[in-house]
Amino acid sequence: MQVRVDEDKCCGAGSCVLAAPEVFDQRDEDGVVVLLDPEPAEHLHAAVREAAEVCPAAAIALGTRA
Amino acid sequence: MALGDTDHVLDYPIPSPAALEPPAEWARLRQGCPVAHVRLPSGDAATLLTRYDDVKHVLSDPRFTRDLNAPDAARIAANESGGVFNSGLGRALREEHHQQWRRMVGKWFTAKRMTALRPGIEAMAERLVDGMVASGAPADLKAALGFPLPVWVICDMLGVPESDRDKFAYWSNTLLSLTRYTQAEIDAAQAEFADYMGAHIAATRQDPGDDLISELIAAAAGAGGVMPDEALLATAQGLLVAGHETTANMIGKMVGMLLADRARWEALLADPSLVRTAVEEALRADANPGFGIPRYITEDAEVGGTVIPRGTTVVCNLAAANRDEDAFARADELDLARTPNTHLAFGAGAHSCLGQSLARTELQAVLDVLLRRLPTLELAVPAAELERVDGLVVGGLRALPVRW
Repeated sequence: MQVRVDEDKCCGAGSCVLAAPEVFDQRDEDGVVVLLDPEPAEHLHAAVREAAEVCPAAAIALGTRA
Repeated sequence: MALGDTDHVLDYPIPSPAALEPPAEWARLRQGCPVAHVRLPSGDAATLLTRYDDVKHVLSDPRFTRDLNAPDAARIAANESGGVFNSGLGRALREEHHQQWRRMVGKWFTAKRMTALRPGIEAMAERLVDGMVASGAPADLKAALGFPLPVWVICDMLGVPESDRDKFAYWSNTLLSLTRYTQAEIDAAQAEFADYMGAHIAATRQDPGDDLISELIAAAAGAGGVMPDEALLATAQGLLVAGHETTANMIGKMVGMLLADRARWEALLADPSLVRTAVEEALRADANPGFGIPRYITEDAEVGGTVIPRGTTVVCNLAAANRDEDAFARADELDLARTPNTHLAFGAGAHSCLGQSLARTELQAVLDVLLRRLPTLELAVPAAELERVDGLVVGGLRALPVRW
């Protein structure tokens, strides 16, 4: 699984951090998403999918490794 | 019913027969008339959306603007100005500055900050439960806990005294009036509110603290035109209103829904790890969140296969969308473990609720504390006798009578 985030779209809701704190964080200065792990381990995939689905700004994209 | 069929204009909001249940018309509209003509409390016409995909699309599409001050935009509320959506609160923050403004304020609402606030919120909830228990059953959980907790949290964050909360509640209600107050009452209250907040901002400038207003003043000084005094005032007023009215009502509705079928409460007692998903499900299933979100469009745009002409005011009914069977399996049932729960209770897109992490934290904290402290909690009246708040753009219960 390959995770990409769009900082420009991000609205700082923080729902990704609540769903998958191992993979997402927010910058202290403005709340914008920080991707901690672009290729998360398998046991985190369900949480990452949830984070992508609940993101209000659709700022998280999931793909497969090239 | 087709778009343009003026014989069947519905009055909106659509009244509901029960406080916690949706009106039957929502399902009929989703099925047969997802782009519907409605008449607002002002008497003006608008287009109502009830399907999940359509609502999500419009909220995420910047062509659908918040510019309800446009000359041909519909007024929402019954008073002359059209109420909060047509007011200067939105006008003070220009769209091109929105993202910069949002990030300036948003740093106060990150998930990490909210996690850090949580022990304080739980401790306050404990004190309020102590007070409710000391007064004895039956009690009104809304007055004893649901209302004071979010007010305490937001007052602390803004650095304003909680002792002024009765004034805030009145100012907030007039601002959020749909049909309840006259224009003269609203103008007088808003002038008082602006004076109060203006004086608070001036005093904070002289003697800054570690609250959000102090930080915004400092940040605004470095950000030029993004945060003029007018925008600072609008931000402070907006946060105070948004921070106390919506969450206060949601606490009452959430606990009401969970107690209306006590098997739900018992499921949470048996497995408190369900609290996080139960909160999301209560937000999704809330049949009484209020007016919804209006948008105004300046060019023709297609929504759900229908062309909506420019100049139309569109009303997104979030609660109807959240019960769309095409988006949620068994949408009418409360599934306390539903995951993922992609509800629209906080809106969607660039303008989705800034305070959603705070609201989630408060709702989870309240539920955790109640399950721990009052496991025998139950409604003191039949759920069918619960009554709605009327005449405001936010929905809630008048009271939540409970015993334990």
